[in-house]
Amino acid sequence: MQELANIFIKSIFIDNMVFAYFLGMCSYLAISKTVKTSVGMGLAVIFVLSITVPINYLLVNFVLDKGALVWLGEEFKDIDLSFLSFIMFIAVIASMVQLVEMIVEKFSPALYSSLGVFLPLIAVNCAILGGSLFMQERAYSNITEAVVFGVGSGIGWFLAIVGIAAIREKIRYSHVPPALRGLGITFIITGLMGIAFMSFMGIKL
Amino acid sequence: MSKNSLFSKKNKSLLTDPLDDNNPVTVQVLGICSALAITVQLKPAVVMALSVIFVMCVANVVVSLMRNFIPSRIRIIVQLVVIASLVIIVDEVLKAYVYDVSKELSVFVGLIITNCIIMGRLEAFALANSPWESFLDGLGNAFGYGWILIAVAFFRELLGAGTLYGYPVLEKLGVYELGYENNGMMILPPMALVTVGVIIWIQRMRNQKLIETN
Repeated sequence: MQELANIFIKSIFIDNMVFAYFLGMCSYLAISKTVKTSVGMGLAVIFVLSITVPINYLLVNFVLDKGALVWLGEEFKDIDLSFLSFIMFIAVIASMVQLVEMIVEKFSPALYSSLGVFLPLIAVNCAILGGSLFMQERAYSNITEAVVFGVGSGIGWFLAIVGIAAIREKIRYSHVPPALRGLGITFIITGLMGIAFMSFMGIKL
Repeated sequence: MSKNSLFSKKNKSLLTDPLDDNNPVTVQVLGICSALAITVQLKPAVVMALSVIFVMCVANVVVSLMRNFIPSRIRIIVQLVVIASLVIIVDEVLKAYVYDVSKELSVFVGLIITNCIIMGRLEAFALANSPWESFLDGLGNAFGYGWILIAVAFFRELLGAGTLYGYPVLEKLGVYELGYENNGMMILPPMALVTVGVIIWIQRMRNQKLIETN
């Protein structure tokens, strides 16, 4: 249980997708103009991450890794398919995203139109693929850990995008140098938030 | 296409626009993730830029050739499969010829697949245009991405570690004896964001029409 809590906290704060690895920056910057759309986007990311990470975990452990195909029979134990992992991961992710897109279009057309092109782009949100790749790299020992890691990373991303959206809504009333308005200042604020988040693991210069 | 020559004015602007006015990183806000994560040193940044140029041009041409056969419901999967296969090729080549850099780039080679520039250009351009135009568009955007990447890496490596491409420039110039010290902050992730922010700031001061309203 404590293990799981560790992974959960670590993936939200210390290994935060946005601030520690810059994953999912594109949609993070483009969708964060208002809190409302960013909440929708954040929830979509949590949802997709918590589905794709466990599915890819099963793929890695029962199909792709060296010796993973042993359940088919003894003669398969030397097969190593891990070079296929990119394409398998992305296929899982793309089909899940297409599914989410159809569901959102059907049940919440308003959210669908406000997310616009960025809903299909969740498929190429690096946070999603990054989640699966980190899961593979860190070799979690069972599927519960993988689920917790997926949900945790999603929540970390959600917090980051809602935070920046709230700041951007307020910064509209401040006097920013014209050339820095919009994108420029968002980058610099994200940098400052990143420094704050780094204090969770300690800054070493 | 048949009416235009290969290098008509329109085609030329496809190639040059992304370098400044319509830069993928600073104006279209695409491909930020990798632009930030692998710019601690110049060498991985150059390798990354080259890989993206390759993947982007080929993917644009392939998708543009197939554009009339792809049903729009499953276009994302088709595009991703094209990109992912190209990235696997790049990954294997990097592992074979520049193993140390490939180690350094780690998951970020895989993340070229989800580099939104490539996907974004496929969606926005290659699906609606002929192969040659898509090739130019891919080349232009990849270069626009590449020069930002290299610029950020240049400043981060120079100010953070005092080297360029692994060569100790500042030490040879003798600035350490004058009491200069490396700024360790530049190596940390957050400073990449600030560096890009400053590049955007400079670009928009020069190019007033890019300024946003809020």
